[in-house]
Order: sequence, then structure tokens, then C-alpha cells
Amino acid sequence: MGEQAMGPAIEAILFLLMIVLAVQIARIRSLFAAAMLFGIFSLLAAGMQTMMDAVDVAFTEAAVGAGISTVLFLGALGLTTSTETRPLHHRVTGLLVVTTTGLLLAYGTLDMPAYGDPDAPIHRHVAPHYLVDSSDEVGIPNVVTSVLASYRGYDTFGETTVVLTAAVGAILLLGGVLARDDERDDDNDREESDA
Amino acid sequence: MSDLLDDLIQDAPPEAPTPIKMRVQETIILRVVGKAVIPFILLFALYVQFHGDYGPGGGFQAGVIFAAGLILHALIFGLDALRRKVPMIVVELGIAFGALLYGGVGVVSMLMGGEFLHYGVLDGHDAAHGQHLGILLVELGVGITVAFVMVAIFYSFAGRSNR
Repeated sequence: MGEQAMGPAIEAILFLLMIVLAVQIARIRSLFAAAMLFGIFSLLAAGMQTMMDAVDVAFTEAAVGAGISTVLFLGALGLTTSTETRPLHHRVTGLLVVTTTGLLLAYGTLDMPAYGDPDAPIHRHVAPHYLVDSSDEVGIPNVVTSVLASYRGYDTFGETTVVLTAAVGAILLLGGVLARDDERDDDNDREESDA
Repeated sequence: MSDLLDDLIQDAPPEAPTPIKMRVQETIILRVVGKAVIPFILLFALYVQFHGDYGPGGGFQAGVIFAAGLILHALIFGLDALRRKVPMIVVELGIAFGALLYGGVGVVSMLMGGEFLHYGVLDGHDAAHGQHLGILLVELGVGITVAFVMVAIFYSFAGRSNR
């Protein structure tokens, strides 16, 4: 098989595995297994993004999707049961909604330019400027970093703030302060027992 | 040989309470491999952080990988072991420091006569050097914030289950 045919073949296999996994995640009742399958799904997605030459995105997907998310799922599982209860509603309704939404989304993609089309709007607006001029204007080889950190520095600052806000929310809601109070209690207990 | 193993696992008492449900006991292999691997994960995170200008990666990915290394430590040696090494107050200060570093670079570039986050003015002689410095610092800010945010979220989740 030539290199030209390898790419689509690998992409097809990855897609197939992702579909199988997605169906399995929806069907499975064990939440622990579902969390693991989510991790594998993210890893396959990262492989797919690597095939599409989006290595920075793939890197993030692998680190966040397959790494941190799985751990957080497991952490959340520690707070709840490990088996999903049977749904109260009819599952047919859900299937109908999901199928309709999926078909509408697929219909929406018909208007989009073909994958890799050099005449696609996204390749004709500011992208040529970044690709041609960033080595003079910013001077670092990775254009993705140039765009994220310099040309789109405001956006990245906003994203950092979003991440910060997420942590503030998690700490306030799930008890960073309470956890610290616990530690203090523990320390007091220890001191008392020492005394 | 057994001395070596004892040395490797000495700061993880066998009855270390792991409040998370993924309880790991009698896990000498996990502990030995964990001790060997975690430093390299953290080192790799630093590589991703500072090599983001030249290859894939950057502050966000580096922060996540660094946090993954720390969380792996917590999963193997218990939450309390990590809490002793990285206390909550450090996490909270780190979260704020990263974002302040990012914003601070913007403010400094304003003070030096440019627009907010215009790194070119950071080096009076060579705009490209200023860009390099600015990108390095803001990526570092992103990395620090993301790493500690992930640890904070993990603490929030994992810390609750022992009550």
C-alpha cells in the first residue's frame, strides 16, 4: 500500500473504532468502564487529529481528554455510585432527538467546503498573512504558538481567565475552603493527641 | 535488593489512607514505577512548556501534563502525600500568579509605550527579541495557571470523598 492510501485507511480505522466506542459508551451501565472508554475515545480522537496535521490540537486532546478528564471522571465516581441507574424516560425519545440532531448537523456540513480545500474561506482570510509574515513579525518557527500567544494574545488571556474561573468555581462549590478547615482540624487533633 | 525497594517506598506507609475509591494497596510495582516515571513526566512537561515555540505544545499542554504527573503521584501515594508536598495555599497562589504574569506582561508592554500585550516593545533594540520574551512569559503564565487549576479541581473532587 502506498503512502497516499495509508492515510485514508488509518483514518477509516480510527473512525470505525470511535463509532464502536461511542455506541458502547452510550450502552454501558458501568460508569467505571464508561470513563475508561471515554479516555480511549479521546486517544483515538488525538490520533485522528494527528492524521489531520493538527498536532497541537492532538496534543491537547491527548493530555486533557485522555489524561485529566479520565482522572476527574474517576474522582467524581468516588463521590457517587459506579453503576448508572436505569433511565426514567423512554429511551426511544432520546434516540429520536439524537438522530434528528445528528442528521441536521450532517446536513449542515453539506454547505461547508471540502476537507483540505485550499480555497476554503478559512485559508483565504488572515491565514496566509500568518503563514507568510509571522517569521518576520514574531520570529518563532511554530506558527500555532505565534497565533495563540501573539496575534491572538487577547483570546489566550481570556482563555486563561476562563480556566482560572473554572478553578475558582470548583474550589468554592466543592470545598477548597472546607478541605483546608479539615486539615486544620486534623492538625488540632494531632496537637491535642500529642499533648 | 529489598533494601532498595524499602528505600523506594519508604515515604509511603503501607496503610497510607487513600480517600479516593481507586484505592491502591499492596501496590509495590505501582509505587516503584511511579517513582521512576513521575520525574520524567514533570521534565517532559517543562520540555513541552519551553519548546512550544519550536514544536507542538505550549503552556496549556505543559500545564496539563505537569498536573497529570502530580495527580499520578496522588493516585499512587495517596491524596495526603500530595497535599503535603503541594498544599492548597500554594495551589491557590499559583492559579492567581499565572494569570497575573500573563496580564502583567500586557501591562508592562503598555508602560513601555506599546499596546496591551504588544510584546515587540519589551526589547528596546529588537522587536523580535521582545516577541520571544513576551511569548515565553505569557506561555509560562498559562502553564502555571493551568497546572495548578487542574490540581485544584482534582483536590476539590478527591478531597470530598473522605467525608
